[in-house]
Amino acid sequence: MIESRHERRFVHLVLLGASVIALYPFVSILLLALNPPGKRVSGFTIPSTISFENFTLAWQRGGFAQALFSSAVVAITVVTASVAFSILAGYAFATMRFPLRNTLFVILLAGLMLPYEALIVPLYFDFRSLGLLDSRWAVILPQIGFSVSFGTFWMRTAFWAQSGGSLVEAAELDGANTWDILRRVLLPVSGPAIMSLSALLFLFAWNDFLLALVLLPQNEAAQTAPLALSFFAGLRRGGEPSTIAAAALLVAFPVLIVYIVMQRRFIQGITTGATKG
Amino acid sequence: MAYLYLLPAFAFFAVFAVAPLAHAFKLSFYEWNGITDQVWVGLDNYVTVFTDPKVRAALWNSVLLIVFYAVLPICIALVVVGLMARVRIRGRTAFRAVLFVPTILPLTVVAVAWRWVYAPDGPLNFGLDLIGLDFVSRAWLGDFTFALPSLGMVGTWVTFGLVFVLFAAGVQKIPPELYESARLDGANMVREFFAVTLPALRGEITVALILTVTAALRNFDLVFVMTRGGPGTNTEVPSMFIYRSVFQIRSIGLGAAIGVILMLELLAVNLAVLWYRRRGDLSA
Repeated sequence: MIESRHERRFVHLVLLGASVIALYPFVSILLLALNPPGKRVSGFTIPSTISFENFTLAWQRGGFAQALFSSAVVAITVVTASVAFSILAGYAFATMRFPLRNTLFVILLAGLMLPYEALIVPLYFDFRSLGLLDSRWAVILPQIGFSVSFGTFWMRTAFWAQSGGSLVEAAELDGANTWDILRRVLLPVSGPAIMSLSALLFLFAWNDFLLALVLLPQNEAAQTAPLALSFFAGLRRGGEPSTIAAAALLVAFPVLIVYIVMQRRFIQGITTGATKG
Repeated sequence: MAYLYLLPAFAFFAVFAVAPLAHAFKLSFYEWNGITDQVWVGLDNYVTVFTDPKVRAALWNSVLLIVFYAVLPICIALVVVGLMARVRIRGRTAFRAVLFVPTILPLTVVAVAWRWVYAPDGPLNFGLDLIGLDFVSRAWLGDFTFALPSLGMVGTWVTFGLVFVLFAAGVQKIPPELYESARLDGANMVREFFAVTLPALRGEITVALILTVTAALRNFDLVFVMTRGGPGTNTEVPSMFIYRSVFQIRSIGLGAAIGVILMLELLAVNLAVLWYRRRGDLSA
């Protein structure tokens, strides 16, 4: 490859600059939060002494223990159910022939274009009449309903890559039924695809704000972390920007950990998932 | 037998996606405050969507935000990726991982972080004062001219990582021979970009457009936490109106109608982009 040294240096500087911009807002609230509460901070001040008091304050006043627990329950339920249902449906679409297969698949795929925002009004009134408003189910059930579109599509692609292979044929010759083929042959080799899907769905579920805002309006015990953060940041009862910053970091923390652990999966997931769609 | 495997997914999809959609259509033809009887009003709510100045402002803002959420990040990412195509990058995966961070953070967290950056005594104004541009500094999110662009730039910041990661993966799939032959033909950086990189990224650009335009039109979290639609109606967006229609204005039919319009907008964008791509594939 022909390349000049200037060109290389320039490109690396551009990437470095972009990385600074990408991280700066997050770093700036981190620096802000590490100051002792009440200290007047401005701009780029690096705290002279590191204090975790803002985190303690946010934790106590914002009810984040409750909210983080609630978010975890919601996200884990949504991911488990959506992944299980998507595996089943994706398997059927990838390996079986049946009437209306293509029609059904297109209908499910159309769900990818459906915005939550359009459904939030009827969901609010439907759940109100069912008495489910303000319960965690009110955010869990619709999220499963929306996630299965993406998940089924994802698992179909994953199983397609595996099935038709000699393993499935051999199992069929052995007279294995469809359930055995899924469980014994396909699932053991689909671990990476399932992990990527779980990571993405976890991210969507954890980050959801609108559903929680509309469907959990009164019940503080069920509030998810992003919802608690918006109340904490909005009512000014959190007061200090530094305490609000600490609260935001508490909410971001679980996502960041999952991202750091599964970083490659995320990026692979996004790129392969998106380009095949 | 196959239907048994499909049952759970389709049951949830039907009950929690398709049924509410049908219900939204129905509600959009009624006037209702959420408590008393629903009154059939035909297309009145849709007329309101396109005639009420506030709702129109919100729709228009969401279109303007496409510039910030989709056009800007795609252009910037194309330039960066175009530069990267010519050289070996040290730490490629590290850069990719870092640039992707804004995309994975909860938008409520992003909103809190940027509210601080934009605050009157926040880092942005501090930095401007520091380099002698103190006449530029202002309360960015409270400013009638700058509130929407300021909000939009946060959108650019969020979607850039996603677009960049898509394009970077696309560029890596381009066979190096294409660049070599372009260079043998004496192509410079710019010619090479238009002759090799850009055409090869058509698929990725399609996907990036769909994802980012969708994010622009649906935008809710950032507005709710950063500006609540203000100052005035300067950063008002359709999804804020849908929220208000339930909790503040209590005009349920109008909220449902805006939701339906939003859905149709997204459908139109998706189909337009896909149609354009297919046409492009045929002519290529």
